[in-house]
Amino acid sequence: MIIPRPAFTRTPIGLSIFVLGPLAVAFMAMQYTMNESSSPGVLFWLMVVAAWLLAWYGVDLLANKTFKSRSTTRAVSLLIPVLFGVWLLILWQLVTTGFKVPSVLLPSPANIGIRFASSLPTLWADFQQTFLKAVLFGYIAGCGSAFIVAIAIDRSPFLQRGLMPVGNFVSALPIVGVAPIMVMWFGFDWQSKAAVVIIMTFFPMLVNTIAGLSDNSSIQRDLMNTYAASYWQTLFKMRLPQAMPFIFNALKINSTLALIGAIVAEFFGTPTVGMGFRISTEVGRMNVDMVWAEIAVAALAGSAFYGAIALIERKVTFWHSSMRPERH
Amino acid sequence: MMTRAWLSNKFGPVVVVVMAIIVVWYGATILLNSPFQKDIYKRGNISNWTTTQLIADTMQQKRPVMPAPHQVMHEIYKTTVLKKITSKRSLIHHSWITLSSTLLGFAMGSGFGILLAIGIVHSRTLDKSLMPWIISSQTIPILAVAPMIIVVLNAVGIQGLLPKAFISMYLSFFPITVGMVKGFRSPRVLHLDLMRTYSASRWQVFWKLRWPAALPYLFASMKIAIAIALVGAIVGELPTGAVAGLGARLLAGSYYGQTIQIWSALVMAAALAGCLVAIVGLAKTMVDKRMGNTSVGANS
Repeated sequence: MIIPRPAFTRTPIGLSIFVLGPLAVAFMAMQYTMNESSSPGVLFWLMVVAAWLLAWYGVDLLANKTFKSRSTTRAVSLLIPVLFGVWLLILWQLVTTGFKVPSVLLPSPANIGIRFASSLPTLWADFQQTFLKAVLFGYIAGCGSAFIVAIAIDRSPFLQRGLMPVGNFVSALPIVGVAPIMVMWFGFDWQSKAAVVIIMTFFPMLVNTIAGLSDNSSIQRDLMNTYAASYWQTLFKMRLPQAMPFIFNALKINSTLALIGAIVAEFFGTPTVGMGFRISTEVGRMNVDMVWAEIAVAALAGSAFYGAIALIERKVTFWHSSMRPERH
Repeated sequence: MMTRAWLSNKFGPVVVVVMAIIVVWYGATILLNSPFQKDIYKRGNISNWTTTQLIADTMQQKRPVMPAPHQVMHEIYKTTVLKKITSKRSLIHHSWITLSSTLLGFAMGSGFGILLAIGIVHSRTLDKSLMPWIISSQTIPILAVAPMIIVVLNAVGIQGLLPKAFISMYLSFFPITVGMVKGFRSPRVLHLDLMRTYSASRWQVFWKLRWPAALPYLFASMKIAIAIALVGAIVGELPTGAVAGLGARLLAGSYYGQTIQIWSALVMAAALAGCLVAIVGLAKTMVDKRMGNTSVGANS
């Protein structure tokens, strides 16, 4: 599809008209739906669609424009997804308030925000119970023990060959299913959730660490050999740093798995606090806005957790090809 | 190939590890069940029990803390072979319910994921605005949404297969999209330039170059997607209140303390996951063979 891009759209003013103009229209529309009690007419929706199409055109202009300075390019590449997210929220808000969608079905973002702000203490208590206790403890114990096991069997190729396929197989299994068993064994409190998290995070970490430790060329091993390096020296100076991209890959996969494991395990029984507990009970009471607020907490926690690990990865494996800036 | 090298390098170690797991399992059974068994002896005023008797009895409890492997196998045999498939207590019946929503969700997720990837590869705007969201959405514990989707769709009147398939689809389209975007971009500049010298249209470039190049990526991501789709279907069965499906068996088992039932549902789910992944792997080898066993892009 060829979209015309006349010259004035390339000027800063033209660009900002197309980016900011539709936003202004959308905000007026939101004001209108908030105050009006009856459903708006066809004209209103035509205007909304027109504003959205114009916004799409604006984003299209942004995406295809090249900027001279590097920092502007980076800022714009951040701005584009943010704009997309904002428009998603705007359309969500307009559709839910405009069509008077019952909040049991889909609450509007504004309602979710209000609920989020008004129930901060509850959300914080749930976050503490699920994330700070179950997820963090399970994550550290699971990844740590898998790492130690991987190092321990490193000297036995036989065990590695046996454990790799088994570990790969187990990684594909629906391990969340052990949640009811763990709840029976370790009780309703966070310990049982931590146990589920440990089991879920163990195998991805094990498989990736083993794979990472064997990811070196014979030239590198020979070099260490000519240095008369001992097993441990080779491990710490060459093989472990070399394995870091694999290990961080597992750590990143596990950050999501850990949160999922803890939340799903709470569906099987908890004390009256925790993110999974809140989600399942509030769904039962049809307080869907509270569920969405809890999901927002989970999303924020998950993204922050992942982001933190990605940041550490950047610092540790700065030498790896995936970390270097792309050349076009 | 049943060669000697295969036997000693792959099959042997795996068998040893699996045997070790079974031995540890039996050990755990004895260890975890013996306190309760000793309690039974005490209450029954049986003081002259021997260790062999204790070990034998730990494997015959009705609701053991840890059921022995053969108890689980027996339960599976009882609920698959001995029960009619139409019976509500048949594990095959429950597996089929889970499997059908898994497959439906997986098919929808794959289709949607591929379509999304095609859009992303061909539109710069989509790429720049959608791709960051797709990647960051992988950091969100999406399964947490499952109960809400089920209950809300139930409130609208959509019941049965579709809501669960929806969750599976939601979970499985991410790996497919991410993998396929990588795959569609995997043809080298040289190949793309060659297509340009042929003055190939976008459509032709897609079908003749991008699609074949992306196939190895498709199968790799489908393996992840089908496993995750099964997880989605199982978790999707929890909030409906244990009606049918493997997830329901898990929940019902945990309500009534039927550990053997939980374990048999778990083993069944594991077998299902193994079969599904193996089928995808088989499809991969078949397609590889049809395409002349080239893995364009996968190694570049």
